[in-house]
This record gives sequence, structure tokens and C-alpha cells, in this order.
Amino acid sequence: MFATLLKQLSTLVISLLGLTVLTFILSLQSETPVHQFQSDHVVVQYFEYLQFLLNGDWGTSSIHKRSVLKDFLQHFPATIELIVFAMVLAVTAGLGLGILASTRRGGWLDNTLMTSSLVGYSMPIFWWGMLLVLLFSLTLGWTPVAGRIDFAYDIEPYTRFMLIDTLLHHNQYGFAAFLNALHHLILPAVTLSTIPMAIVARMTRSSLLAVLKSEYIRTARSKGISKQRIIWVHALRNALQPILTIGGVQISIIMSGVIITEYIFAWPGIGKWLLEAVSRRDFATIQGGVLALSIIVIAFNLALDFIGIYLNPRLRRPS
Amino acid sequence: MIKPMVTSQPKPSWVIFSQNKGAMIGLVVLLLILLMALIGPWIAPYDPAHQFNSKVLIPPIWDSAGDFQYFLGTDDLGRDMLSRLLYGARLSLQLTFVVVLIAALVGVMIGAAAAFINPTLRSLLMRIMDLLLSFPSLLLAIAIVAIIGPGLPNAIYAVIIVLIPQFVRITQSSISEELNKDYVMAAKLDGAKRLRLLTHHVWPNIVPALIVQLTFSFSTALLDIAALGFLGLGAQPPMAEWGTMLSESRAFIQFAPWTMTLPGLAIFMTVLSINLVGDGVRDALDPRLNR
Amino acid sequence: MIDKSNENNDLMINRSLNRDTYWPTTLLMSLAALICCSCTSDNSQNKRSQKDLLVYCSEGSPDSFNPQLVTSGTSYDATANIIYNQLVTYKPGTTEIAPSLAESWEISADGLRYTFNLRDDVPFHGSQIFTPSRTLNADDVLFSFNRQRLSDHPYHGISGGRYPYFTAQSMGQLIKDIRKTGEHQVEFVLTRPESPFLSILATPFASILSAEYAKQLNRLRQPEWIDSKPIGTGPFRFERYEPDAYIRYKRFDDYFSENKRVKNLVFAITPDAAMRFARFSAGECDVMSYPLPVHLRVAQKNDLEVVQTPGLNVAYWAFNTEKPPFHDAKVRQALTMAVDREAILQTVYDRQATQATNPIPPSSWAYNNSISKVTYSKRKAMELLKEAGYENGFSIDIWAMPIQRAYNPNARKMAEMIQQDLADINVDARIITYEWGTFLSRLSQGLHHSVLLGWNADNADPNNFFSPLLSCNSAISGNNYAKWCNNQFDELILKGRTSSEQDERKQYYLKAQEIFKREAPWLTIAHANNSVLVQPEVSGMMVSPIGNINFEGVTLEQQSVDSGTQGVTP
Repeated sequence: MFATLLKQLSTLVISLLGLTVLTFILSLQSETPVHQFQSDHVVVQYFEYLQFLLNGDWGTSSIHKRSVLKDFLQHFPATIELIVFAMVLAVTAGLGLGILASTRRGGWLDNTLMTSSLVGYSMPIFWWGMLLVLLFSLTLGWTPVAGRIDFAYDIEPYTRFMLIDTLLHHNQYGFAAFLNALHHLILPAVTLSTIPMAIVARMTRSSLLAVLKSEYIRTARSKGISKQRIIWVHALRNALQPILTIGGVQISIIMSGVIITEYIFAWPGIGKWLLEAVSRRDFATIQGGVLALSIIVIAFNLALDFIGIYLNPRLRRPS
Repeated sequence: MIKPMVTSQPKPSWVIFSQNKGAMIGLVVLLLILLMALIGPWIAPYDPAHQFNSKVLIPPIWDSAGDFQYFLGTDDLGRDMLSRLLYGARLSLQLTFVVVLIAALVGVMIGAAAAFINPTLRSLLMRIMDLLLSFPSLLLAIAIVAIIGPGLPNAIYAVIIVLIPQFVRITQSSISEELNKDYVMAAKLDGAKRLRLLTHHVWPNIVPALIVQLTFSFSTALLDIAALGFLGLGAQPPMAEWGTMLSESRAFIQFAPWTMTLPGLAIFMTVLSINLVGDGVRDALDPRLNR
Repeated sequence: MIDKSNENNDLMINRSLNRDTYWPTTLLMSLAALICCSCTSDNSQNKRSQKDLLVYCSEGSPDSFNPQLVTSGTSYDATANIIYNQLVTYKPGTTEIAPSLAESWEISADGLRYTFNLRDDVPFHGSQIFTPSRTLNADDVLFSFNRQRLSDHPYHGISGGRYPYFTAQSMGQLIKDIRKTGEHQVEFVLTRPESPFLSILATPFASILSAEYAKQLNRLRQPEWIDSKPIGTGPFRFERYEPDAYIRYKRFDDYFSENKRVKNLVFAITPDAAMRFARFSAGECDVMSYPLPVHLRVAQKNDLEVVQTPGLNVAYWAFNTEKPPFHDAKVRQALTMAVDREAILQTVYDRQATQATNPIPPSSWAYNNSISKVTYSKRKAMELLKEAGYENGFSIDIWAMPIQRAYNPNARKMAEMIQQDLADINVDARIITYEWGTFLSRLSQGLHHSVLLGWNADNADPNNFFSPLLSCNSAISGNNYAKWCNNQFDELILKGRTSSEQDERKQYYLKAQEIFKREAPWLTIAHANNSVLVQPEVSGMMVSPIGNINFEGVTLEQQSVDSGTQGVTP
């Protein structure tokens, strides 16, 4: 256990060092220096740079002169809200579809579901988003084109999570504002969740099938444990293991996807903020944005590793 | 209960592959697309850059306003969509091919080298590869493009860098695995040289995994190049690159949807067929990888 | 045997599970229900008009809420005519100077002293941290200009200490002194006569901020809030800004003018033009900024309202006269004849522009009507090239600006068309484009052969075209990307700038335009219309020739269910 921890810790340190080297190079591209260094030597400057970061000085945007860290924190909730909602969508729908498919193995439903999951998996997300906008927003008029809420609702950004903020304005608007925010969230979330949903559905199906075939389940069946209990408690718990292990891949897919989704839906989150910075060559922002996003990815992966270790004692031993 | 024993001889890979309906369909579609890309310049009705100034935004022929001279319609500059898509196929596939090839070469070389260097260094190198792997590919590509500037060549470098770690990882782990096997241990004691060991014993055993990775890298590369083009960071107009065409079409999404649906469909079909073939190849070559 | 029992067992499990598929089905159904329950949306347009809320789909985030600190049109739009006022202004929709914070002014005979009499009834906005105790007076004017002018001013170094527009216009050299000559009177003393001075004072950088607010912020030790939590005298007060999402303003009820305004104003920041149009057509915004030409055509076809005015702008193709073969006027003339501008107007502008003959647009009072436009003739172009000794042609670069502007909606497309035209006269052109910042810095270094660019005037004076774009000074450090310096021309525009009589000035400018045409440092391409798209329930929307957006006098009509007719504003 201790050795595993140590290994994780060393991975973390190496990751952070590699990452800060990259963002340090990024920050050096800026025409107006992001940080004022004492030394002329690049290596010393790098350590000064680390010190700045640790002190919370992530630079100031060269365009609009706002603190990068503050800007990041302002844009981040919108992204988190979108990701969490999309993840919930992907996991619930993916699990549901996967279970459905595995119980009808070989049937038309299974075939249809697996074909559409392959289609979903191969979908270029930037095209998919545009198709959804064209169909649901522009042709049918069911969903809004862009934005997080109708401007008729004047929502003070307490937390910057629109769903929470609208609930905090419950006195003023009742649930109308909350539903409106949800309504704005759906199309971007569906766009973003398509690929992960397809992956989860496929993995659920195949691992459920594998588990259901195993002797352990047969034994349980023969002991007379109810079918619902078998699938929900025994089979699914074992099937979740591989799903969890690809969680790291998922977050990387989601992060790439969220950049494109925000671009398509003018969603005021990190992705759009970063792309805008790239097009305006605002290196202070690019540097800070890449750093912050990566730290989140690394932290997420680390957390997943620990959950994996916690859930599966076999993994505690390094392979 | 005892698992049923498989007593028959394993089938040859191509037989397994050819029995996979999805994979065969994918292969046929992929070959068709490849053929289009190859003979595109000869069958394309027009120069993809030529602007028919009076024939702007003509819909494809299945629309009542379509014009038989422009089978798939024209774009906002009066350029023939069919010709642009054909040239786009050529460009996109060429780029993808080059990107994957370079990434595979570099990745395999680093991976092979990593298997033989001192363990501390190797573990450091592999950690870096793990870091790159866990990194969102598009974020990494954007960071790279931000440093070296937008444009097609730079986007290509970025995608290559994004693809390399996969190959390093597979090569290194396969080689390490093989090196730890008894027969290799024995070969080492015999005094066989490392290179010989690599080419004669190890290499044949890692090829299947590499081929599978290669196929899936094709779809990743194609998607990433297109995505960068779409975000304005890759190929620049007037280049007939699918992602760039898609991004140009955004302005006309409501009144000329075909300028958006067609390049998107081209990307989607290509990726889908590559994935189908990839699934088939994986099942056929390495049943262990089948999940 | 074993195999069979296996199969049986499998079948058994499968069969029993089939009955339980209602579980995942329920899960999926509830998910669908969740999605659909939020699908019931009521008409947001109606909801907005009930709240007297106008949504403007704007093209970007402002860089600052103080127009003194920036030069981008987007930042000016969000501030200059919304939060602030200037001493003088333009009559809505025109280029005529009208009183604003100054109700009258006098100009001394030598053109060196401008005395402004301020209104005494102009209140400032209040906010949570500031309650104004007085109305506007001379101190506020002094504060606003001296902050930019004097490097020892306590506020000079706040928020970066750079005042790009003030510096670019060399206002520091022009203004000798600003004096408070009364509680509501200020005097500007100039170092030289400058006839465009009033026009200059109507530009956004000359917005008037509150000196009292600055003092208050000093006490709070937050001086930089003056630029991020703005206080002005304008028709709307700033309420909230969420970067990249929206800006919210509220009507300033004590505004000194009686003009009608909506109660709530929102700038919905939507940088992508396609997305903006999609939002507009879905009814998510009432006014849309910078529509693409194709949007205008679709809008006109569908009877949507397009508010349009000829813009004070020009799109041009500048030849770098320092680089051969463009040092030869004959070559430049030949190339101007070889380009089919009609086709460009059709394809790039979708006819939302007029063909340009002179560097200034026809709406300017200094426009030379007697100059005829260059006729498109490839044969003549070839002849001229032959005379100049280039009958075998040559190769050039065309640099195309990478961004979309009203005056040049698609420079790349334009470059591609010119490229095709040039191929016919044996000129081989290569299109070059960089990211905008790099593009400009390389242009200033003069690395280009020729460039497709444009200019939007900041003020209505013709000098605003000639001096920054074509003078000898601007060839050294400025926007003269033709690097063209003609002494005779330069002398004429200098005289045009310093003499005070408009008729006299006009004579100088007319002559200058003749020289320009003869020397052909540019191919003038088009003067684009400034336009916005407007929903039917909006009334009173006007577009300024200079391009700044203004919501004074804009109202929303209550849409009643029974009457489909659009009433006249009461």
C-alpha cells in the first residue's frame, strides 16, 4: 500500500513538473512578459515561475488585464456544470442501454443498440453538435441556440453554477428559471455525452455478459437469489470495474469534447475562453488555462486510481 | 462447471475477419473512399478552387433547385462541392496516413529503446508517456499550436505528438513482456545478440497489437486534424480540407445545410469504416484484446 | 452433456432477465422525462417585452469598460454611447456634430482656443459603492483628459497606464493645456489649429468620467475599479458583466436627456457570426450586430428588418510602393485595372456596399465627384504593363487580413478572386495570411508586396482617412501600408487639416484625391454599409455611419396577441 502511494506521488510530481515546463514555454511566448523574472537564465526563471504559481500569481491577461486565475474561476463553473450534466447523462443512459442490450443479447434491440453505439463512438462531435442545432434549435425550435439562460431571468451569479443560482432565485422566479437553465443545458450536454455514452453502453454490455456467464453468478442463481438482485448488486458491481478503469480515458475525451461543444454552443466556459485566448495570442491566459485544466485532469486521474485501489484489493499490489 | 474446451485449430486471421459482417462492410466502404481519394483528381468534374461566380450556393441535385452540372451543389463561392469533397478526401487521407506513419515510426523506436534502457530512466519515460496519454488530446494540440502558431503543418506536428505515446506504450510493454518470457531468457543465456532477439523473437509477437493500434490511430488522427481545421487552428481556407470546409459552412447552416452535412458525412463515414475495420482486425489478430 | 446444461443455464438467465428489462427501461424513461419536462418553453420574446428588456447579440467581449484604455470597436460599443457621454456628439445616424454634455462652444479666431459651456443638470450614475453628491462640472472634464494627458496625474498609471487612442492621435502634442474657466466652463488650448478637433472630441476616448468617483475609489484603495465598475452620465448604467457571456445594463432614470429607452439592456456576447444569426433567427435576441452579407440577403428575402446606412469606411488593396515592381505607378495602375471589382462586390459583399473610387466615401463633404472610376480592362492593363517593361509578368504576394470586418467581410475570399484576375495578366499571386497580431506587426515592418485591408473612421472628418492612412508620417509609423509618401499630396492634406474654413479645406482635399488617383497607391475596393438586423418589435434603431452602436431612443413595442400590426411608437 505504501509503495503504491509512493508511486502515485512520484507520478504526480513528474506530471506537474512536465506540465509546468510546457506552460512555462507557453508563458515565454507572450510579447508582454507574463511574469517579471529577476534572473536572465532560463532555468532559474523556470524556478521563479514555479514560485509565482505557488504564490497564486498566474499572470494577467495581456488583452483585458484581468487576473488569469480569477478569470479561470469565473469561467470554470459553466464548464463543470456542462461536464457533470453530460457525465450523468452518459453514465445513466449508457448503463441503461448496456443492461438492456445485454439482456437481449443477439436480439434486434441488442443489434440496434450496439450499431448505434458504434455510430455514436465514430461521430465527429463538431459535426454532431451542428446537426443537433440545425434540427432541434433551428428547424424544430425545441431548444435554445446558445446561452445558459433566457435573459428575462436576471440571475445574480452567486455560485456561477446556473442550476444552483436559479434555485437560489427561487423566491423571485419559482422553478421557471431553473427549468429554463436546464432547457439551455440539454443540447450541449447531449452533444458532449454521445461518445462517452456509447463507450459506457458497450462496456456495460460486454462486461455484464462476461460476468453473467461466470460461475459466481451461476452459483448465486442456483442459491435462489432474486434476478433483480443478481443484475443490480452482483453483476453490475463487477461490471463497473472496467468502466471505472477507463474513466481516465473518458475524462480526456470529455475534456477534448467540451472545448468543441463550448465553441459550437457559445457556452461561456473554459474551452471557449481558451480558444479565444489562442486566437488573440493572449499567452498569459493560454498558459494559465492549460495549466489549470491539466491539473484538474491529473487530479481526476489520481482520484480514479485511488478509488480503483480502494475498490479492488488486487490492484493494491503494483503489477 | 467446467468451461467448454476449444479443441479445433485456431482459424486463420483473415477468415475470422471475413466472417465479421461489420468489418467487411467497413472495409468495402473504406476501400471505396480510398479509391475516390486516389482517382479523385481524374473524376472530379471541376477544379476544387474554381469559383463559378454566378452559381453560388446551389443545392445538390435531389433538391428541386439543384443543377445537374453540380452534382452535390456549390458552396458560398460557387465552388463545386463534389470536386472539393474528392480533393478533400485525398488531402485528409494523405495527411492522416503521413501523420500515423510518422507517429508509429517514432513511437515504436522510442518504445523499443525504452525496453532496453536502464529501469529508472524507463520508468521516468513511461511516466511522461502516461502523462501525455491521460492528457486531453485536443488540449495538448491546442497548446502546441499556440506555441508554434496555427496552420496546417503545425497542426500536423501537434497531432503526431499526440499520437506517439500510444505506440511507445504498446511497443515497450509488449517488448518487456516478451523479454521476460522463458524462451527469451534462455535465448539471452545462449548469447544471442539483442538486435537479433528483437527482430526474430520479439518483433513478430508485437506486430498484431501494433496493427490494431495503427488502425485506431487512423480514426483518431483524421478526427483530430479535422477538429483543428474546424476550430481554425489547422488547415486554412481555401484548402479543401474536410474540417475546414465544415467550419466555413457554419455561416450557412440554416440556408445551405448541404455545405455542412456533406463534409461532416465524409468525415463520419471514413471514421466509422475505419473503426469497423479496426474492430474486425482486433478480433481477428488478437482474441485476447477482445473485450 | 456439459455443453447442453450450459446452454440451458444461459437461456434461463436470459429469459428471467428479459422480464426485468423494465428496470433499465424505467431508468431511460425517467431520463427522457427529465429532458422533456424542460422542453416546454414559452415564447421568450414575449417574456422579454413584458420586462421591457432588449437583447443585443454583440460580437465580442469588451477589453475594458473605459473607452480611454482601448481601441477596439467592440469595447467602444459597450461603453461610449451606453454608459458615457462626450462633450459633443453626432446627431443620431449622421456625421453632424451636435451638443451633448457641452451645450455650446466657441472657437477663437486663430483656431487655438476651444471654450465649452457644460450643462449644469447632468447627474452621474450611482452604485453600491458610490453615491454622487453633485452633478457634472468642469473638474470631471479635466479629470477625464488629464488622466490620459499628464503622466504625473494620480490616475495616469492605473490599469496599465496606456491610452492607445490618445497616443495614436498625438493628442498630447496637440493639446497644450486644459483650463477650468468656470464651474461649468472649460477651455482647451491647442498648439496648432486643428479643424477636425470637434469631431475628435466626439470619439469614444473623449468620454467623461466622474472625478468624484475617482476620489471615492482612492479612499477605498481600489482605483482600478474606475475602469471595471464604470460610472458615467450615459443613458444606461452598468449592472453586471460576466466575461464571454453577457453584459447587463439598467436604464438610468435621471438621465439628462428625455429620449425614450428600454428598462433593461443586455449584450449577449456571441463572437461567431453564424451563431449570432442563428440566435437572432430563433428570436433569442432583438438586435444583431455585424451580420454577414449573406445574412442580410436572407433577412431581406424574409422581410426581416435591416437597419442600414452607408458606412464611413473603405476597403482597399494597398501596393507596397517601396518594393519593386510597385515603385512604378504604371504597374500600380495596371493592376487596378485588372481586377473585376463588380464581381467582388457581388460575391464578397453580396451587394451590401458601393464601389469605391476615392479613399473617402461619397457621404463625406470632401468627396471629389469629378473623378471617374477605374474601368476594368485586362487589355489596357496588359498594355500598361508592357509600357512599364513587365510584359512577361511577375510574382507578388497578396496579404489578406485574417479577420472579418464590416468593411471587409472576407479578405481571403477577395484575395482568391484577385488572384484569379491577376493570373490573366501573367501576374502570379500568392495569398498570405497570419494571425491578426502577427499580421499587423509584419505589415508595419513592410514585409508585404501588397495587402488587402480596410479602415473604419473613428470620426466624421475626412482627415481621419487621409492623415492616418496616406500621409508621409504614417508611412514611417502608422497605418500607411502602401508606404506611400508624396510630398505634394502630403502638403495638401496638412493644409486641409489646419485651415479652418470648410470650403477652403474642401479645395485642398479635392486636389489631394486627384493626386491619389493618378499615383494609385491603392486599388480602392468598396465602402460597405453599416448594418444591424432588428426584430419587428424594436423601433427607433439607428446605425451610425461611424459604426458605434447607440440604444438611445430605441424602444420595444408590447406584442399583443390580437393585433398583428406593428404600431407606430407613441
